[in-house]
Amino acid sequence: MSAPWQEILKKIDDYRWEIPRSYKAGMSVPGLIYASEAMLNHIWEEQVFQQVANVAFLPGIIDHSLAMPDIHWGYGFPIGGVAATRVKDGVVSPGGVGFDINCGVRLLRTNLTKQEVKPKIEQLITELFVNIPSGLGSTGKLRVSEKELDQVLIKGSRWAAEKGYGEAEDIVATEESGCMKRANPDKVSSKAKKRGIPQLGTLGSGNHFLEVEVVDEIYDPEVAKVMGIEDLGQILILIHTGSRGFGHEVCSDYIRVLGEAVRKYGIALPDRQLACAPVESPEGQDYLQAMACAANYAWTNRQCITHWVRQSFIKVFGKSRKELGMEQIYDVTHNIAKIEEYPIDGKKQTLCVHRKGATRAFPAGSPDIPDIYKSIGQPVLIPGDMGRCSYILVGTETAMKESFGSTCHGAGRIQSRTAAKRSLRGADVAKALAARGIIVKAGSMGSLAEEASEAYKDVTEVVDVTHKAGISHKVARARPLGVIKG
Amino acid sequence: MKKDFEIIDHTADVGIIAYGADISQAFANAARALFSLITELDNVAEALHRDIELTASDQESLLVEWLNELIYLFDTEHILFKRFDITKLNHTQLKARNYGEKVDRSKHKLKIGVKATTYHMLKVDKSDGCQIQVLFDI
Repeated sequence: MSAPWQEILKKIDDYRWEIPRSYKAGMSVPGLIYASEAMLNHIWEEQVFQQVANVAFLPGIIDHSLAMPDIHWGYGFPIGGVAATRVKDGVVSPGGVGFDINCGVRLLRTNLTKQEVKPKIEQLITELFVNIPSGLGSTGKLRVSEKELDQVLIKGSRWAAEKGYGEAEDIVATEESGCMKRANPDKVSSKAKKRGIPQLGTLGSGNHFLEVEVVDEIYDPEVAKVMGIEDLGQILILIHTGSRGFGHEVCSDYIRVLGEAVRKYGIALPDRQLACAPVESPEGQDYLQAMACAANYAWTNRQCITHWVRQSFIKVFGKSRKELGMEQIYDVTHNIAKIEEYPIDGKKQTLCVHRKGATRAFPAGSPDIPDIYKSIGQPVLIPGDMGRCSYILVGTETAMKESFGSTCHGAGRIQSRTAAKRSLRGADVAKALAARGIIVKAGSMGSLAEEASEAYKDVTEVVDVTHKAGISHKVARARPLGVIKG
Repeated sequence: MKKDFEIIDHTADVGIIAYGADISQAFANAARALFSLITELDNVAEALHRDIELTASDQESLLVEWLNELIYLFDTEHILFKRFDITKLNHTQLKARNYGEKVDRSKHKLKIGVKATTYHMLKVDKSDGCQIQVLFDI
């Protein structure tokens, strides 16, 4: 018997599958899913295909409604979705960014080896857990006034560096240099600011985490070397968090505003969560300016956490930051809308690229990546689940040509949180990880069960598809030694 | 007797279905379902209340706005709500007095964080009693 997806998808090659426009009346472009045949049997949920198709309704969408191999059923947009709309006559949709605006990943390197860290891992994870506020309802150590928060929203990472929470080199090694232009705090509600103030400098809960990991495979030594990844056994640190309640409120506020705009501009949508407005309309512009504020908040958040990570390592290992070699490799956002230019039919077009659970993957030579990475392409950071591994890749020309410079963002869930909790207990998850040499500290044991490996696709399969399809190139792999969960 | 609400599975997030003899009761049960995701409601006392008054363009938006307002109060004031006295509810207006207490770590175990209420799969069905389906981003 053939799988149900076989009747819907048209195979383009081993890693590309099209959802034809005939799948759902109203699609203005086809859908394109990056996946292997084996994965499609796992991905298969009717709702995911429906969501890819629904995104293809957005006015001004061009080429394809794209789905990365980590795709899963979200709200409105699928998670792992990419959609590019024309700025001149297309729309921007807050649902195409998500509630956690600029949720993203930051990777730090060290000169430490597994041999040096392993004996101290418990002490290190405890120190990190104490220094970095995490978990539901946690508040940060930073106390900013509303006026000061506006500076955070305008300056992003630069605010943190000015306050002593980072270095100029960190800013260079951050997507957008940690600051989206056109951020306008006047477009942000006072409610969003009230939610944001106490949560600045917190990891949060859910799938957010901080991981101490060890390099266990290097696929492209030359490229890895440029990033300062030199040897197997080298210790890295991965930080995964976003814009906290601030971003959630900005998104909620603008789904309301753009819900009205849908009526005003007479846009027909199959799902209210796709609320949108023309990019160049006042509503669309207001959203982009508020979204930029949330993006800058998230970069500040990751920058402050970076500082406390460094302090924790300095304390535990009794060495200076320089001796420890704690440089930032890169910081990527995977929930964002960006105005970017692409050649379409031989003509340069300005597009609004929505990445909802997708990572930018610009190639070598791109003017938008730091000089240090001009020769290798932009680092792409892909976290896995806490029991498996994470990957470091670089962007490619293929991504630029066919996926609007985008690739996957993580493993992608296959099991609901409630199902994970039904079948697993947090304490057992922690025990199983400890047996494999992974120390975990979590704010709540429930959240630990929800985030267990079993709830996720194997990130290796996801990354392999993007590598083989050519939309990103594998550089190195790391596996966790210690994890902090919210 | 029908349950007040139930939790439904969704790959990335969590949905609820709330029931009620009338729309006010269904709204109140949807809010109870929301806070039952965050903590065990049995351990929450009615020590304080917050009044919420809202207008929206239709009843679905009203529901989303109301639940988002409760999430906002949890996020900023750390209040866990357990009882909802809805005194006015039509297609565009809602007035409710919401009872609960501030989070006390020694007695309240927090389960999951709820980021926001979504419009995805949202249903307000008044055909056979009242039934509300909502998906939260968590």
